[in-house]
Amino acid sequence: MKDTDIKRLSYAHLLCIFSIILSISIPPFFLENFSILETHLTWLCICSIFVTAVNLVLYLVMKPNASSKRSSLSHKVPRFLKSCIYFLMSCFFFHVIFVLYGAPLIELVLETFLFAVILSTFTTIPCLCLLGPNTKAWLRVFSRNGVTSIWENSLQITTISSFVGTWLGALPIPLDWERPWQEVLVIEPRTLYMEAGAQPFDLHPLPRFFLTEVWPISCTLGATFGYVAGLIISPLWIYWNRKQLTYKNN
Amino acid sequence: MRLGSGTFAACCVAIEVLGVAVFLRGFFPVPIRSSSGTEHRAEPPAPEPSAGGSSNWTKLPPPLFGKVVIVLIDALRDDFVFGSKGVKFMPYLTYLVEKGASHSFVAEAKPPTVTMPRIKALMTGSLPGFVDVVRNLNSPELLEDNVLRQAKAAGKRIIFYGDETWVKLFPKHFVEYDGTTSFFVSDYTEVDNNVTRHLDKVLERGDWDVLILHYLGLDHIGHVFGPDSPLIGRKLSEMDGVLMKIHTSLLSKERGAQWPSVLVLCGDHGMSETGSHGASSVGEVSTPLVLISSAFERKTGDVRHPKHVQQTDLAATLAIGLGLPIPKNNIGSFLFPIVEGRPMREQLRFLHLNTVQLSRLLQENVPLYEKDPGFEQFKMSERLHGNWIKLYLEESYSEVLSNLGAKVLRQYLGALGNLHLSLSRQIAQFDAYSMAVGMVMVLEVLALLLLSIPGALCSKAELEVPLLSPLFSLLFYLMFLALSAVHVVVCTSAESSCYFCSMPWLMAGGVMMLISLLLCAVVSALTKMSVTVKLPSKTSAHSSSRWSELDLLILSGTVGHVLSLGASSFIEEEHQTWYFLINTLCLALCQEVYRNYFLGSDSGFQQAPPAEPGLDGAASVLPFRDHGPSRLECGRMHEAPSALEMPRGCEKWMALASPWVVLTCCRLLRSLNQTGVQWAHRPDLGHWLTSSDHKAELSVLAAFSLIVIFILVQRGCSPIMKVAMALGLVGVYCYRAAIGNVLLPWQQDNKAISKGIIEARFVYVFVLGILFTGTKDLLKSQVIATDFKTKPVGLWEIYSALVLLAALLFRPHNLPVLVFSLLIQTLMTKFIWKPLKHDAAEITIMHYWFGQAFFYFQGNSNNIATVDISAGFIGLDSYVEVPAILLTAFAAYAGPILWAGHLVNYLSSETSSSSALSHACFCYALIGSIPVCAYIILVTSLRYHLFIWSVFSPKLLYEGMRLFITAAVCIFFIVMDQTKLTKS
Repeated sequence: MKDTDIKRLSYAHLLCIFSIILSISIPPFFLENFSILETHLTWLCICSIFVTAVNLVLYLVMKPNASSKRSSLSHKVPRFLKSCIYFLMSCFFFHVIFVLYGAPLIELVLETFLFAVILSTFTTIPCLCLLGPNTKAWLRVFSRNGVTSIWENSLQITTISSFVGTWLGALPIPLDWERPWQEVLVIEPRTLYMEAGAQPFDLHPLPRFFLTEVWPISCTLGATFGYVAGLIISPLWIYWNRKQLTYKNN
Repeated sequence: MRLGSGTFAACCVAIEVLGVAVFLRGFFPVPIRSSSGTEHRAEPPAPEPSAGGSSNWTKLPPPLFGKVVIVLIDALRDDFVFGSKGVKFMPYLTYLVEKGASHSFVAEAKPPTVTMPRIKALMTGSLPGFVDVVRNLNSPELLEDNVLRQAKAAGKRIIFYGDETWVKLFPKHFVEYDGTTSFFVSDYTEVDNNVTRHLDKVLERGDWDVLILHYLGLDHIGHVFGPDSPLIGRKLSEMDGVLMKIHTSLLSKERGAQWPSVLVLCGDHGMSETGSHGASSVGEVSTPLVLISSAFERKTGDVRHPKHVQQTDLAATLAIGLGLPIPKNNIGSFLFPIVEGRPMREQLRFLHLNTVQLSRLLQENVPLYEKDPGFEQFKMSERLHGNWIKLYLEESYSEVLSNLGAKVLRQYLGALGNLHLSLSRQIAQFDAYSMAVGMVMVLEVLALLLLSIPGALCSKAELEVPLLSPLFSLLFYLMFLALSAVHVVVCTSAESSCYFCSMPWLMAGGVMMLISLLLCAVVSALTKMSVTVKLPSKTSAHSSSRWSELDLLILSGTVGHVLSLGASSFIEEEHQTWYFLINTLCLALCQEVYRNYFLGSDSGFQQAPPAEPGLDGAASVLPFRDHGPSRLECGRMHEAPSALEMPRGCEKWMALASPWVVLTCCRLLRSLNQTGVQWAHRPDLGHWLTSSDHKAELSVLAAFSLIVIFILVQRGCSPIMKVAMALGLVGVYCYRAAIGNVLLPWQQDNKAISKGIIEARFVYVFVLGILFTGTKDLLKSQVIATDFKTKPVGLWEIYSALVLLAALLFRPHNLPVLVFSLLIQTLMTKFIWKPLKHDAAEITIMHYWFGQAFFYFQGNSNNIATVDISAGFIGLDSYVEVPAILLTAFAAYAGPILWAGHLVNYLSSETSSSSALSHACFCYALIGSIPVCAYIILVTSLRYHLFIWSVFSPKLLYEGMRLFITAAVCIFFIVMDQTKLTKS
């Protein structure tokens, strides 16, 4: 029973990873000049849609929580609407968090919001699929040992690793990257003026396009890598620890 | 010997400060300066020496050249001129070098091989030290004596075209200039065309004496394409054309002129094999120096190997060539070949002037100058020179005269060489021995601190420092002997000057003893550790599993911050690191608060399943990030499912909201002052407020901030102190109004702006008064054992005095920083630290992090230019050194100091544990010294980095200063702790 569950879980995760790979490889056939870095926002939308779709399909096909309830359509529609509201709320919540972390408030709203959307896609949507819009269940899963199945356990791991990926992805933001547009800069004048003790900003304006070009890229990539890593790690981890894992199956 | 961990930590930090001071002294050699400083009195030139009879030549000799054209080509490496590239691409110059009337040299540039210090070296003849940068903080203008200043004083007309660095260095020296910016490195044609386009006109006009051209194109090509690019050849050909144009024009104009002209071709620095520069590889320090003038003799032989000289020699050469006094701080000797064609008397005169200047500099900088071989030689040659003059004046044109002259000449040249050597020894690069000694001290202290963590943080807060056991005394003596031997060997064989060797022997011996003592302590602590680890290995394994997310965050944050110091961009943007860390910290606390309120005493918290540690450390740092959102949402929707034992109503909502309030405050502060480098130009609230259009808004904000400060501070004070505080804060506003920063409602900006001395002193009186009362209360609480109430009050009063002082010293737009700091402290104390019962170590580190973040919220950065020096002048008529330095330091470090002050307050009033303060002191010392130690090692290994002087060195100074402040804070801690001990 358990081994088959783990197998199903890993297939599901492989599908999720596959959806991300597809979101990178399919668009170039339909869109001109598509690349992850240059047309980053487009990719974010596509990736978000793909991952959501795969999650929904998985939910419908696999029915991991195997709810025995006779779910009628009248029951499903408000549930679906509630889930949508939850998703939107989580997007706005993440947006607020990013602004608190220092993302620009007025400029680049779209970039920041799409970043929030992709992070919600990686974290909130699986939660919604698995647990439904049921905050008590969420609370239970994310408290220390409230996990009742391997699905919830893997959910915990992927969510955490997405967040960690995002967090780590923010680290390289202050770095000077050797990007093509940066080559127009000489390092020297800045060095020299600072040596003379002058304020760099009253001597010459540094290029303003750093933020516009780079802002969410490292974080979104971090989130994606974190998500993928979580997807890979969680079945393996559950497999290795299958002896110790006992779920209070009630 | 048993020591309290607080005392132990304070001692450690004190030793560390000593070590860092020695390190800094070795890292930043003191530059050689003439004592006459920056004021420029025209000293009479040294008269010609003469024995007996008086010489009539006391004026400066006449100039050798009428017109000087300096063509400086950025990043011109010596082989571009003298190597195969030069032959191929610069035919005209090669012809001049080989056959023409010219002298060519390879001039050696000293690192850092970047443009501005090199221009300074070329024009002053001295090597600019880092200390100079600190000295003239806000003015890029070159204040030292230099050739251009002398030329301007002598009425020469100077014209400049090229890199605008020159215009910044010499803002008022040029009668005409056109600066080009070296901002766009990919542009290598336009920058040079902008220089060359003026050339025809200016050469035609000829109404100038000095023409300086600085070509940047070659450097840009080097940066982008490297030194082997075909573009280099094309650029060199272009430069050759420019040189030909200038040279022919000079020759044609020269006919009617009184004096010949000279064309000087030089480079500021070379280029490495990859095309960059800044360090000290051969390619980077070798630059060509060619002087072309019809005054020189035509060469007949083929000269392929030019003589090696110093770059600093050009300043003296130019001064002599133009008939100007040699710059006072010059350490170079002029290029003798240029005067070879002159009569003997003039040659000797020039040599004499140069040696006199150098020996004067030596006298002012070296205490034992009389024993210097160069100085002795100078005295002898001066005597001989006098004899020669006497002979000369007796008009004996004989063989004897020329023989003696040649001898004097040789003597002078020898003296010049020796003087130059002893002077440049003084500013030899890094003083490796002092640096090593300082580093060893700091590292030993850190090792000791790290090894004593388990002992120091146990509940007794005491630890054994084994210094007296006989085994270690043997080790100690051996160590001491070995170190002394090393000291003697190093100091006797040292090539360059060494600060540590010049210290008195007794002091050096003391330092050696300290080092060996520390080593013994480290060794004994190590052995003790290994013994204890072997025995109860079980307990340590158990304790590691109890680490909470917060501890992991603190650990990984500290490690991450230390690692980030290795990258120059992370140092420039260090504020981002701290903002990021405190944001994460707030979210972690938020998660804890929510767990505390919603799950209550969740049983799962105690019995964490063994599965949890399986997640790797990094992954489990951040589980709170996902708890945050879900918790918040459910918190808003469901009314408190399980908060039965918790305080209810308003209080609970405040507690739940407090992390978000703190986060919002941090976000607001972040946009108050943009700092760092990359985003420093972005508009921020601070600039908006300080612009003169928004004076009214600033006034309202300042007044509001002061009121909030009063409300937040007054709660812990006695009634009289409340009044004093209120008056003091009113005084702060009056001061700002008096100096014209803010408006008073009843007088609309028609009032003359004063220096506000009375108002500021009024505030100082209250600061001192509150401090005094606070100290008195503290002492009282010590004398009267039953008086438990006065001690927290006394401490709070001292703290509020510091707040008042900070309010006075902060610029008005920074007052919100103070407000938010107090607000965050209040909120955190009330709703987070108290209910969640963090231990002293965690609270200390959180305070430290917030202190660091507030340092940057104030608008500071790791660039020296952001230090607010104006704080040092508040309430002072004129510049008085000691108070000015103290006030500036306090204003700059107000954030960390106030947070440390709050920590003392919190721990001594809120916690019951008697060892909390010494734990806190230990943690504060440890967390403060880890970055310093790591940074010292990093800086030593990166000392030839391109950014060493611009990014790493200022940060080193900041770190040193921060360690000093940490030491002061630790001492304050143990004083507080002692009062507690004696009381109980």
